[in-house]
Amino acid sequence: MADVAIPRAKPQMSEDTAWTRLKHNRNWLGFWFMVPAMAFLIFFLAYPLGLGIWLSFTDTRIGRVGHFVGTENYEWLWDDSIFWLSVFNTLLYTTVASAIKFAVGLYLALLLNENMPFKAMLRAMVLIPFIVPTVLSALAFWWIFDSQFSIISWSLKHLGLINQNINFLGDTTWARICVIFANIWRGVPFVAITLLAGLQTVSPSLYEAATLDGATRWQNFRFITYPLLTPIIAVVMTFSVLFTFTDFQLIWAMTRGGPVNATHLMATLSYQRAIIAGQLGEGAAISSAMIPFLLAAIMVSWFGLQRRKWQQGESND
Amino acid sequence: MTDLPTRSIDLKAVLSGSSPTVAKDDHSEGMSYLQSVPRRLVTLYLPLTIIVVVLLFPFYWMALTSVKPDDQLLDLDKFNPFWTWNPTFKHFHKLLFESYYPHWLWNTMYVAICATMLSIIASVLAAYAIVRLRYKGANLVGGLIFLAYLVPPSILFIPLATVVFQYGLFDSPLALILTYPTILIPFSTWLLMGYFKTIPFELEECALIDGASRWQILTKIVLPLAIPGLISAFIFCFTLCWNEFIYALTFLQSTSNKTVPVAIVNEFVDGDIYRWGSLMAGALAGSLPLVILYAFFVEHYVSAMTGAVKE
Repeated sequence: MADVAIPRAKPQMSEDTAWTRLKHNRNWLGFWFMVPAMAFLIFFLAYPLGLGIWLSFTDTRIGRVGHFVGTENYEWLWDDSIFWLSVFNTLLYTTVASAIKFAVGLYLALLLNENMPFKAMLRAMVLIPFIVPTVLSALAFWWIFDSQFSIISWSLKHLGLINQNINFLGDTTWARICVIFANIWRGVPFVAITLLAGLQTVSPSLYEAATLDGATRWQNFRFITYPLLTPIIAVVMTFSVLFTFTDFQLIWAMTRGGPVNATHLMATLSYQRAIIAGQLGEGAAISSAMIPFLLAAIMVSWFGLQRRKWQQGESND
Repeated sequence: MTDLPTRSIDLKAVLSGSSPTVAKDDHSEGMSYLQSVPRRLVTLYLPLTIIVVVLLFPFYWMALTSVKPDDQLLDLDKFNPFWTWNPTFKHFHKLLFESYYPHWLWNTMYVAICATMLSIIASVLAAYAIVRLRYKGANLVGGLIFLAYLVPPSILFIPLATVVFQYGLFDSPLALILTYPTILIPFSTWLLMGYFKTIPFELEECALIDGASRWQILTKIVLPLAIPGLISAFIFCFTLCWNEFIYALTFLQSTSNKTVPVAIVNEFVDGDIYRWGSLMAGALAGSLPLVILYAFFVEHYVSAMTGAVKE
């Protein structure tokens, strides 16, 4: 009997251990699978993020190890009018560009959601500004906004609206308008296409029912489209705000912060101070000063997602 | 997407329920038949045309400038600036044979492909582990990766510059190949997690019962099923790499090592008043590879963009 029982017990034992081993090793296995991604993110993202905050409390320069100086960099920035100008510019740039991007993007998404010939091709074309590298399209804008040979000035002159060329990138107000315009131009396709994806999940029968009940087009939008789109709007706009706030390349290619610092954003100012002037500590303080704003944007996104869960829960009832 | 049958269906047919448009499967048909053609012209086609023209004009202008002869570029009064009858390839010739442009193009391509491959490999493993191994704390790690997506390069480039310098990677393509994945991994992990979730769990259970290892499951079952997701992630990562500017600007110094966006901004902007032709030719040549790639994979591209936002 014992001889029979042992071979019967054995496979069960080994099966048991294989299963438990799998179960126990799941954590280890998961760990090994995570290693490559985590290595990148820890060495080149988490560590630099901490290092950046540390650098902002030192007087490091390029080629010289810094010493801890407390909040000296921040105190220095507090009295620096150019820094405050860059904060103002960044906020202005972000609010104006994001608001218009949202309005135009939503409008474009609604237009593209209509039924029409060549729909697929139109959608594909709309996204092209988002595909082309920002710097390269910014150079095209630089040329379009040239002080002497701008095609816009030329057209307006020939239409008889102005008498002399507009100094697009040389005048502080115009320069701000131009970079904001270029940012909107690049951001609208992203907003429009992602909102369009959201619009396509809205069931058309809702509109049909509302229209039968006598709803106008505006009511259709206000009471069906908008509430159903809110969660995706929250996410898209958080991304949009985040990337507009930390924008660098558009400004650097078009104006490099000029004229008279009128278009300096916090990112471009920190590049100028840290890399060009070599004051790594001060530059790090400027970029660390962006973190509170980014956290605020992330909180908005988080609450947007929360609301989405709530909405889904209710729609399931 | 389908082209319209007759749009002139009158309301009587619709109300009687005999209209083919109502019964159509494709809901994109919508209720457009309720609008008259003139109204659609004003509320739909006119604004759409304006927006599309504004969105595409810079590219037209870029292309036109790059083939215009120099004298026509700056003389707006004698020639119609919106067209040219004698296009020249002089600017492209100058770009290809008298500058480092082929070098820069190669650098960009090399860095983009290497960084993308590295990121995709790392993200596939990470996404699979988070979604399917579901080890302890997987959800937390997923959340942290999403947060990493929100950390912009503009606040990382200063400390990264010191790190790159310490590791002796300054002015080497390796600096970019190793730093770009920090932008790409969070995005592609998040995207692939969404794809892996759609693969039925039962397939993996069957394989496990038949004695397959986790690695075999990943390479033989999950990856072949996730190919559309992999293509989306690859294309989007490649585009992001090509587009990246601030790291390349900070970490590279010698002219021959630069990537296209940085090189064009720094090397072509000299005092030459005739620089516009070659500048625009450079910008156009730097955009074309991405636009061609995009033209072939529009659907993947859109799903990558919307997938990352929806998740």
